[in-house]
Amino acid sequence: MQERQALGGKVLTVPFKVCAAIVLIGLFFLGKRFIFGIGSVTNMNDGYPWGIWIAYDVVVGTALACAGYSIALIVYVFNKGEYSPLVRPALMTSMFGYTLAGISVIFDIGRYWQAYNIFLPWLSNLHSVMFEVALCIGTYILVLWMEFAPTLLEKFKAARLQARLNRIIFVFIALGILLPTMHQSSLGTMMLMAGHKLSPLWWSGFLPLLFLITAVVIGYAAVIFESLIASVAFKRPLELHLLSKISALMPWLLGLYLVIRIEDVNLRGYLPLAFEGGLLGNLFLLENLLLLAALLILAYPNNRQNPRLLFIASCAMLLGGSMYRFNTYIVGFDPGTGWRYFPSVPELFITFGIIAAEVMAYLWFVKTLPVLPKFTKA
Amino acid sequence: MKIRRRDLLKGIAASGLLVAAEQSPAQAKRARKDLPPNAVGILYDSTLCIGCKVCEYACKQANNMPVEHTSSKEVMWDDPQDLSAKTLNIIKRYGVEGPKDTVEGFAFIKRHCMHCLDPACVSACPASALVKNPENGVVTYNKKACIGCRYCQVACPYNIPKFEWDSPFPEIVKCQLCAHLLVKGGISACCAACPTGASLFGPVEKLRSEAKRRMAMEPGEYYDFPVANIDGTEVQQHRAGAYVQHIYGERELGGSQVLYLAGVPFASLGLPELPEDSYVALADGIQYAIYKGMVYPLVVLGGLIYIIRNREEKKE
Repeated sequence: MQERQALGGKVLTVPFKVCAAIVLIGLFFLGKRFIFGIGSVTNMNDGYPWGIWIAYDVVVGTALACAGYSIALIVYVFNKGEYSPLVRPALMTSMFGYTLAGISVIFDIGRYWQAYNIFLPWLSNLHSVMFEVALCIGTYILVLWMEFAPTLLEKFKAARLQARLNRIIFVFIALGILLPTMHQSSLGTMMLMAGHKLSPLWWSGFLPLLFLITAVVIGYAAVIFESLIASVAFKRPLELHLLSKISALMPWLLGLYLVIRIEDVNLRGYLPLAFEGGLLGNLFLLENLLLLAALLILAYPNNRQNPRLLFIASCAMLLGGSMYRFNTYIVGFDPGTGWRYFPSVPELFITFGIIAAEVMAYLWFVKTLPVLPKFTKA
Repeated sequence: MKIRRRDLLKGIAASGLLVAAEQSPAQAKRARKDLPPNAVGILYDSTLCIGCKVCEYACKQANNMPVEHTSSKEVMWDDPQDLSAKTLNIIKRYGVEGPKDTVEGFAFIKRHCMHCLDPACVSACPASALVKNPENGVVTYNKKACIGCRYCQVACPYNIPKFEWDSPFPEIVKCQLCAHLLVKGGISACCAACPTGASLFGPVEKLRSEAKRRMAMEPGEYYDFPVANIDGTEVQQHRAGAYVQHIYGERELGGSQVLYLAGVPFASLGLPELPEDSYVALADGIQYAIYKGMVYPLVVLGGLIYIIRNREEKKE
């Protein structure tokens, strides 16, 4: 069993305080939203009923939070126990990401006080993709907390409870792999219904598969990104040998994605749209070029040993994958009656507040809980 | 090096399985939906509409909707620019290019819920707040079930459902074909009020044949046109317009219970050109192919539990 330790040190650092200030601004606008309605703080409208709260906080946010999913997939299914030092930090970012996505949904939905209606058997609509996504994400948040529970129990030295949980943890680990597979692809299925309102560069019968692959790609990229940043910020040795190994899988996954993505648009006859020079065409190209760049960097084993190139590749994957999702939900969406949408400042601050809360929770947890692997200074 | 190759093979195998599970998205479609047994709807004939907007007024009266002022000028009447949370029904005027003597340079169109046979909003709604009546096919909204997620707005191909953006307790707002009047044996307020029969209420089957009768008329000749209710008694004589030979709503996205006739191309009236299969049927088909009634996910879960349990035991 891998030893882990809390980093220790002061929690109330300058970055922590800056984040707290952003959270406070977000809370102010959130208050306004609950008193005066969603229209009082956002630019969402009847043409663009979903803004960044859904497109970023949920659709991109949960993909960024697929670190736990991606690592669990490789550690438990492909039996690569050697990667287990990456598990806890990955699970933790997933737990925060999903929990905050769940909370931000409550800010976004208009009639939040009866949100539980979805789960009342006589009201549940089993045909609704949204129902499936809500059920899966809701369950997955619980599963993530259960998967992370051993860390908390270790801290509070609750040995008996820990032993009991360990006996059934495999059920949660299995669910932790199944549920994201389901809802991450369903996030793509959701936009099938937008039909002609979504640009043919993004609307496709392959939406579920492409969303699933981007979830895994973004999840791995988040693991690499988080590990490199944590090593530099907390002055710990790089986990390079592990990162370069998991990166070896990426060129294949990216290659598969790009072939499906481009060939799908091509077969439907819309590829010329990409080269017309318009905003949508350029974004389509940029999105795929970023992923292609990551593929080319990671295709060479030597590059995978280079932390700088690993970092660049992970950023390209995070950006390219997130752009694909963002464009599917917002930029490529056009209701066709002259509606326009660009997020308002208060709307942005509520999203910034959520990100800041996530950073604060991360800092607090790694300093006080046994999350990162133990190491002794040489 | 050996380990890496094995990793890759596994990766490829897993991806292959995913693609196979996905099948061919183009073929995954479920069957179209039939007309409900007692389906009622509206036939709107753009060539008969004089743009008087009495239907807008009648709609607001019947549904208790507030007036809406959008212009900064002092006006005595409400002047909605489009459907909104305050306006369920609207007459719009579109300028049309063409010879003045045939189309006079413009045409009217009436917009409200189409009451689709396979409504995207109903399929999208996670809490069954939007339902299609199995008897008359009217799509109604229940605020007690609605969670305000607005997926119906994203899904509706006609941009019909509207949301109360400025309310702390918002609702979705849309035309419900005056369902509250139908239960009392009445008809939709807009049709009852229409002075020329441009909005005609009735059973959808009858409205379809009426639309076909009109398309076969000799333009410029006088014919009888039923007013308000196709099953009613009031009839007016009008010159037949030069109809476009297409009933909008008969086949679009699997069909709807509101039908349109016009003398100008529908695209110039702001009605999108749509395929005959609904996006709902496609999305449902793909979901079904992936999940096969939750059988696949359960099988996968069983497999995962087996693999992980084995690995955990070996570790100990």
